[in-house]
Amino acid sequence: MSCPKRYIEMMHKYLDHEITKEEETELKDHLMKCEVCQLHFHELKRTETLLESPPHVQVSPNFTEQVMNKLPKEKKSISYKKWLKGHPIFTAAAIFFILMLTSAFSLWSQDGQLTVSKQQGIVIEDDTVIIPEGKVVTGDLVVKNGDVIVEGKIEGDLVLINGNLISSNGLLASAGEVTGQIEQVNQIFEWVWYHTKETFRSIFSF
Amino acid sequence: METIIKQKIRQVKQGDQSAFEDIVNFYQKKVFQVCYRMLGNIHEAEDMAQEAFVRAYTNIHSFDEKRKFSTWLYRIATNLSIDRIRKKKPDYFLDAEVKGTEGLTMYSQLSDQNPLPDEEMESLELQSYIQKKILSLPEKYRSIITLRYVDDLSLQEISEVLDIPMGTVKTRIHRGREALRKKLRDL
Ligand SMILES: [Zn+2]
Repeated sequence: MSCPKRYIEMMHKYLDHEITKEEETELKDHLMKCEVCQLHFHELKRTETLLESPPHVQVSPNFTEQVMNKLPKEKKSISYKKWLKGHPIFTAAAIFFILMLTSAFSLWSQDGQLTVSKQQGIVIEDDTVIIPEGKVVTGDLVVKNGDVIVEGKIEGDLVLINGNLISSNGLLASAGEVTGQIEQVNQIFEWVWYHTKETFRSIFSF
Repeated sequence: METIIKQKIRQVKQGDQSAFEDIVNFYQKKVFQVCYRMLGNIHEAEDMAQEAFVRAYTNIHSFDEKRKFSTWLYRIATNLSIDRIRKKKPDYFLDAEVKGTEGLTMYSQLSDQNPLPDEEMESLELQSYIQKKILSLPEKYRSIITLRYVDDLSLQEISEVLDIPMGTVKTRIHRGREALRKKLRDL
């Protein structure tokens, strides 16, 4: 009645595709002469067939759609283009800012030469702008790429871009009078910042 | 198909969410079936299957492309289903084992309480009968039987999916199959 357990084990191995050639031969030989094991094997194979038939249930047709809706939003690094499309005002501001920076940089690199915002009442010697004694400059004075000697008077702000306020003997000092503020811009970023400030001022002063 | 899926996975990893749609389309049926076999309830199974895909998406970077994607996906789906079973399960007695006789003890006595169906049972009824019998297995046998038959996974693959040793997989599949043989033999 009771056959060695190993025949049952071989049957399972057979069903799991794990049986060796020798074991398979041995199992077949045994099944030929043992009806008990034959029935057992038959039942196992039948069970196998029943289990292999897929469940009758169906996924709902909008399964994929529902999954896609549950996914977290795409990462910013990838979808910034989409994001920008969805935020036109920000995009416009960003583009404006970039353009402005670009123009500021190009202004900076463009002219290494001395420029002065007004000629009236000043003397230019080499790279030095001199406001001679007794002279009065009315309004703001912007000097780019040059030093400034103030012996006279500026009635307004003095803006020094890439230059210093010096005294006539060449030492760093201020001699004359500036009624407004003295603003010195020597770094590129300061220059950019100054330019940006000025641009905004000119835009919003209207 | 595997190469197409691999390509889609790479796209998803690069942030292309829409590529994931094809992955869901391709695997939804099998993943749903795994969950259904485990849970026995269509709505729950669909919930879990969807959750499995969402988790797969959010963890896609931890998927090693040298491995089979389906195996990885089944691992997520079975783990979620097992968690679900454990959370709601009051029928722990099914899994109660008498010390020293690990395996098919208590529930094998419970097995054939249901009246046997007609010879002319429709396939639908047959299917739900089979499902019921699978559900009557303790979860540790059920998960192995499910993976073995839903997608014909090898014992090695099952061992990877469930993260249990091969020897244990073998023992459990043999016991599970023997239990089902007894439950289904009169069909
Ligand atoms: Zn025998």
